[in-house]
Amino acid sequence: MDLLAFGNTGWGDELFLATLMTIAVSITAMIIGFCFALIFTPLKLSKNKFLNFIGNSYTTIIRGVPELLVIYLLFFGGSGAVMYVASIFGYNKYIEINAFITGSFAIGIISGAYSTEVFRGAIQSIDKGQFEASKVLGLKKPVHFFKVIMPQMLRLAVPNLSNVWQITLKDTSLISVTGLVEIMRQSYIAAGSTRDPLFFYSFAAVLYLLLTFLSMKLINKLEIKYRRGY
Amino acid sequence: MDLELMASSFPKLLNATLVTLKLLSLSLIFGLIFGLFFAILRLNKNIFLNKFSYFYSYIFRGTPLLVQIFIIYFGLGQIEFLRSSFLWIILKEPYWCAIIAFSLNTGAYTSEILRSAFETINKGFIEAGDSLGISKKIIFYKIQIPIAIRQSLPAYGNEIILMLKGTSLASTVTLMDLTGVAKYIISTTFKPIEVFIVAGGIYLFMTFIIHNFIRYLEKKYSY
Repeated sequence: MDLLAFGNTGWGDELFLATLMTIAVSITAMIIGFCFALIFTPLKLSKNKFLNFIGNSYTTIIRGVPELLVIYLLFFGGSGAVMYVASIFGYNKYIEINAFITGSFAIGIISGAYSTEVFRGAIQSIDKGQFEASKVLGLKKPVHFFKVIMPQMLRLAVPNLSNVWQITLKDTSLISVTGLVEIMRQSYIAAGSTRDPLFFYSFAAVLYLLLTFLSMKLINKLEIKYRRGY
Repeated sequence: MDLELMASSFPKLLNATLVTLKLLSLSLIFGLIFGLFFAILRLNKNIFLNKFSYFYSYIFRGTPLLVQIFIIYFGLGQIEFLRSSFLWIILKEPYWCAIIAFSLNTGAYTSEILRSAFETINKGFIEAGDSLGISKKIIFYKIQIPIAIRQSLPAYGNEIILMLKGTSLASTVTLMDLTGVAKYIISTTFKPIEVFIVAGGIYLFMTFIIHNFIRYLEKKYSY
């Protein structure tokens, strides 16, 4: 237990901060994922073949390629890409991107592909009559989307989104390879300096279990809220 | 775009694909055995066996695969008792550590898939077997297992693809699989996009084959 003491003698406070970092990255990645889903879900549902192709390639590629490969692509290629864009605007100095941003972006792209599939499935399983009814009533597009489609879609999507959240939370362990100090990286550092990997990695496993357990409890409450009848 | 690099890295990556495929097939075989074993325990009426199987799948599904590999590869070596036993021959090799971690992980998911397949089998099939006077054992092997396998094919197909992606984590314990070699080439040439296209293409090709193979099986065994 000495190993987990707070302060300079143990790793308690470091691991606590690392856990907060994991939560922060997961939430940021989830939000970035929603932004991607907002762009790509309409593309996947569009009747235009070209737009449809773009939407489908995004979900197929991201869901078919290992997460680690996507992370390496962004980790090694991210600052190059940003510098290229900056050079168009006439800025030629070296830009280093923060590990937090790279990491959440990489996980966000992955989680976005799963969210897109969830939203697509949810919209497709809404009764066709609802779309027709709101058209007949002459509702404006934003009203149609926010007042008719969105509430019904969320109701169907929440249970599957909780799966996406679990996947995202577990995927954040992979960005430890980029050096961002979250649970996995902190355990690696602690295990290296105390020569006690069994203890620290097991403790990391407990932390992840705790996070998944607590988030499931929270999500279940949300589900009950959204499962109400019409 | 550096086409020359893409062409020269392709054979290296293809070679590494063999490692990935070996890891995948071995872990799937062991994982299926674990999965079937724990699914049967889960259906057992004995509360202790039932809970044990539940906790196994809960722990392995609730923690990242990376943690599991690290515990097995870095952690287990710390136990004196294991170091001096014959198990050390296996546990000192990163290759086998990765396979143990993957098998236990996919075993947990497989047990859940099989369990739900067993639970959704139409009771009428079992009753029909009973009324024909077929013994419990034969009902299990000849009626329940084949139906459960058919029911779980779509979900198991997804699990195979997830496991294919999971094998990329072997690169974190010094194994040179497809992702490991891709990372090596990226970090020596600093051309991430080209390498990503080639390695990602190989992964996508494998997912495509697995996806279609499972579809074929689903059609063949549909009833």
